Amino acid sequence: MATTTAQPVITPQMRAEIEAFFPRYPTRQAVTLPALHIINEHLRCVPDGAIPELAQMLELSPAQVYDTLTFYQFFKSKPCGKVRAWVCRSISCSLRGGEEVLESLAEKLGIAPGETTSDGKVTLEFGECLGLCDYAPAMLANETVYKNMTADQAGALATQLKQQADGR
Amino acid sequence: MADFEPVLLSNIHKQDSHTLPVYQAGGGYQAIRKVLSGMSPNDVIELVKASSLRGRGGAGFPCGLKWSFLPKDHPGPIYMCVNADESEPATFNNRILMEQDPHQVLEGIMIGCFATRAQTAYIYVRFEYPTAYRRLQGAIDECRAAGLLGKNIQGSGFNLDIFLHRGAAAYICGEETGLIESLEGKRAWPRIKPPFPAIEGAFRKPTVVNNIETLSNVPHIVNRGVEWFKSMGIPSTNPKDPGSYGPKLYCVSGHVNTPCCVELPLGVTARELIDRHGGGVWKGRKAKAVIPGGLSMGIMTEKELDIPLDFAGPGKVGCLGLGTAAVTVMDETVPIIDYLYNASRFFAHESCGQCTPCREGTSWASRTIARIKAGQGRLKDLEILQSISQSIGIMPGTTICGLADGAAWPLKNALSKFRGELEDYIRTTNPGGYGQEEPALALVELTH
Repeated sequence: MATTTAQPVITPQMRAEIEAFFPRYPTRQAVTLPALHIINEHLRCVPDGAIPELAQMLELSPAQVYDTLTFYQFFKSKPCGKVRAWVCRSISCSLRGGEEVLESLAEKLGIAPGETTSDGKVTLEFGECLGLCDYAPAMLANETVYKNMTADQAGALATQLKQQADGR
Repeated sequence: MADFEPVLLSNIHKQDSHTLPVYQAGGGYQAIRKVLSGMSPNDVIELVKASSLRGRGGAGFPCGLKWSFLPKDHPGPIYMCVNADESEPATFNNRILMEQDPHQVLEGIMIGCFATRAQTAYIYVRFEYPTAYRRLQGAIDECRAAGLLGKNIQGSGFNLDIFLHRGAAAYICGEETGLIESLEGKRAWPRIKPPFPAIEGAFRKPTVVNNIETLSNVPHIVNRGVEWFKSMGIPSTNPKDPGSYGPKLYCVSGHVNTPCCVELPLGVTARELIDRHGGGVWKGRKAKAVIPGGLSMGIMTEKELDIPLDFAGPGKVGCLGLGTAAVTVMDETVPIIDYLYNASRFFAHESCGQCTPCREGTSWASRTIARIKAGQGRLKDLEILQSISQSIGIMPGTTICGLADGAAWPLKNALSKFRGELEDYIRTTNPGGYGQEEPALALVELTH
């Protein structure tokens, strides 16, 4: 995490959004997760370069920010696709074919779970219970819920995910 | 049995059920007005204590008693943390409450904060619930504009701010002290207790942590009274048991025709949930095993489906407890090894890594089960799994939080209730190697 004189990663807009959270908490450190979410929403990742900048804003050591960031495997250092899709693999979805959906969808998208399509549109991941068991097997793609999927719909689902990415 | 009139879910089918006008038209915010206009914090605590309302998040701790542990003369601040990190596999009742009736949730939080003298509440919402997050934020904004949140609410002198705090997809944040650490901006490692959060919680101040469904019950207790609440459920059988009273949201999922969330008095049987509310086991099949209350609780066999799902019921058939009352059905075609594979993979993935027995035990169990499933099992492996299941968790005293007890229970129940099937599976899939007694070396010795 070398410091750099180049353009800051955290833009003035992100900075303002992060600072708006300060009055909510008695400590600056408590703003860590909200700030990581803000950066992640803007950049679809949290680049290494953001860490020392955020640490300075929150009056923390970069190691403290890095420690929290890496605990949640949620934040990636390289950009995710425009659509980040989680296919549930936990028990209620798995019993109704969730893992087969994940496998077929990965095949149609030409990537393995955890990877992003080469056009940068879709990142496919497995999710642990998404709390959508009444719609199992289910997928959360950004904020859109895909319900009652089947493996033979994988082609159509892959198309829908790409269209969702184009619609942003 | 006559059809039960839903209370917690009474609004959800109304048009725009998530908005303030619809909530108020249905009698919403009468309970907080009643509290602010004539009750003391202690009155509210005594009322909730008398109702015997127990926590709906999994542990079943009496809510009023929890509130009474907060110091009475503390100069403040006192915090409320609302646990909306619903992540127990197969559980989605809190999602429905937050998405469809967020004001009911907020009213419960307001009354809880009044009772505990908290002036700031944080709702820790799991990342996977974006709609719940937006609906709650919308409801908070409506309340602020209507003078139901902020300073000197309704001229009562009571101040309250409610903030949403978004999680980042980690199951451990549902453990109350893991949640507090995460809120504080740290890795979500559960704390050693004592001190309990009531004495030293968020930001080292007295803190109460309550579940969404638990708090949603509170306005109804204020409006309708203790007698009404205790007219539902299963009474206690001994003085040490606080009983199982009130309405409960049961989730029914897996191999049923119509997965659903249904509100019923505590104590319905899994069989009734499956047959009457879940539309029966799908494809005309029979149930083989049923999870009574989220993945951590273990499994019941078909023969055990008639025990009441109250706080005490599942324990009588060897399960860990009622948990979140999320019932998951596995039909007769599901190999028990597949259930174990899914369960152990989940806990290995979600172990936070703080306590060695959990971090290593869940991972070891998961890899052993994957190997058995792949046809390389040995009978000896079942002893290894048994030993892991008995040595990880709060109960054997080796871990800080209960995640490992939840990881152990599927193993314990499968090994005691389906041992024959697991042995047969190993014998059939690995006929040449199943008798081998000693584990193979992890690494082959290199000889040059």
